[in-house]
Amino acid sequence: MLEQPETNISADSLDEIKHLVSERAIQGETVLLNMGPQHPATHGVMRLLLELDGEVIVNCIPDIGFLHTGIEKNMEAKTYIKAEVMTDRLDYLNNVGNNLVYCLAIEKLTELDVPPRAQVIRVILTELQRIASHLVWLGTHCLDIGAMSVFLYAFREREFILDILEMVSGQRMMTTYIRPGGLWRDVPVEFENAVREFLKMLPPRIKQYEDLLTKNKIFMERTKGIGLLSREDALQWGITGPMARASGVNQDLRKSMPYTGYEQYDFDVPTHTDGDTYARYLLRMEEMRQSLRIVEQALDELPLGPVRSDNRKYVPPPRSELSTSMEAVIHHFKLWTEGFSPPKGSVYVGVESPRGELGCFLESDGGPKPTRVCMRTPSFTNLQILPLLAKGHLVADLIALIGTVDIVLGDIDR
Amino acid sequence: MSDINEGLQEIVDTLVARFEASTYEFRDEISLIVKAEQIVEVCQALRDEFDFKMLVVQSAVDYWPQENPRFHVVYRLRSLERNLIIGLRVPLDGNAPLLPTIETVYRNANWFERELWDMFGIHVEGHSDLRRILMPADWQGHPFRKDYPLGYEEVQFSFNYDEIDQRKPYAKE
Repeated sequence: MLEQPETNISADSLDEIKHLVSERAIQGETVLLNMGPQHPATHGVMRLLLELDGEVIVNCIPDIGFLHTGIEKNMEAKTYIKAEVMTDRLDYLNNVGNNLVYCLAIEKLTELDVPPRAQVIRVILTELQRIASHLVWLGTHCLDIGAMSVFLYAFREREFILDILEMVSGQRMMTTYIRPGGLWRDVPVEFENAVREFLKMLPPRIKQYEDLLTKNKIFMERTKGIGLLSREDALQWGITGPMARASGVNQDLRKSMPYTGYEQYDFDVPTHTDGDTYARYLLRMEEMRQSLRIVEQALDELPLGPVRSDNRKYVPPPRSELSTSMEAVIHHFKLWTEGFSPPKGSVYVGVESPRGELGCFLESDGGPKPTRVCMRTPSFTNLQILPLLAKGHLVADLIALIGTVDIVLGDIDR
Repeated sequence: MSDINEGLQEIVDTLVARFEASTYEFRDEISLIVKAEQIVEVCQALRDEFDFKMLVVQSAVDYWPQENPRFHVVYRLRSLERNLIIGLRVPLDGNAPLLPTIETVYRNANWFERELWDMFGIHVEGHSDLRRILMPADWQGHPFRKDYPLGYEEVQFSFNYDEIDQRKPYAKE
């Protein structure tokens, strides 16, 4: 038999993290255990270094960066419009929202106006994407704690939304459909019917999930009282989104600092005071219903008109103009080769993504490429709370906690 | 000045007077430009007196080849009660940039500051856990600096194939 090493962490790395583990780990009383980077419950590639006393977590040290692809650095080397495709790859469950925040930042920098039809379609798509993201969360979260069937149902419904995204943009996930100054093109005629069908289909399905879970004894025991997060901690750690709202922080950027015309829709921001995994489950289910309400209102008042700004200094002309107007050809050529140059300055825009506040800090030096694009990603800040939530829980509960924080590793590592 | 910033001007004026700071305004956003040694006090004042309880983002901009100041560390703080957002900017010298930590004021600055160290090489003084966060622990250099090359694959032609092959970082016998 092979001799078992004392810990599976090498001496060098133990030295580095000495200040993060307890005295007992140094003396070998507790066990240091790697969870990940390749672990089905970490929703990607993330390593958690756990200090365990039996099965109880004494300390949990997240180690991220396995999915770092230097997106922000790469964006600095591209023109504004070419850099947009990189934003899709950040939070791959909320790509429409990523495009939106980046475009909003550019529009703020250049003071571009967006036509009303484009704004309403933006709202419809981001809300559909929010539902899709919550469905993935629901599916994987339940899968992690042992409810397999919900996973299959949730992914079935998500496919409808991805079909709608494919219909409008030609891509299921990496859409790049929202562009600075509007949209890539108008939605096809079948769009409205497809969304209406989805609106009809989803509410009974949400009811089905709730029938499966809300009063399910196993589910309740795995989630109730697990990962308690107080309101003070949520504020101190800068937690946003459903995580914060389940702890009683009534903060939703769609309400408090409306963008893209969210002020004209009537919807509620659900909050909860329990602050445990179960409360976060209830809250996200309610959020899906509210998103459906917004989509319905937006679809009812979808105005006709152009979907792109006609400011030709920033927005390329439509294809049809190219064969008739010399000016359009010049603009087209300039915009797709050199790109546009916004004025010098820096802006910050924040939107409400399914996970919390998604922000984009954009600095321009007056040239065609951004000086700095900094994406403030919600998962990055929300994951920081994991060690605090996990302390004193069992390893099995950690799985539920990773699920409830709703992390996307592409969003964290960028 | 639009109505989104109602009440912000007053706060900014108070802080400008107290810390001898300057301001930067662009598109309805106001940022205070403060010295590095004042940042902890400014944050504390904003949190305790003016309800800016949430640190939204902390990052940096590199103005290389400009040396002094080479970096601007940018902050965005949010007040939920007043529904305001305020920016802070800390200019830093390019030669061994040093920044005091605000981890004691806002807990989530921890990872943001680790990222500052990792990506920009800005040393954060007094930080509890200053290790690299995204790059591997043994990585050389700080990738988000402007003088750090983006990196690409050199194209090999028949006349320079061997020469480039020698430089390529893969295991050779």
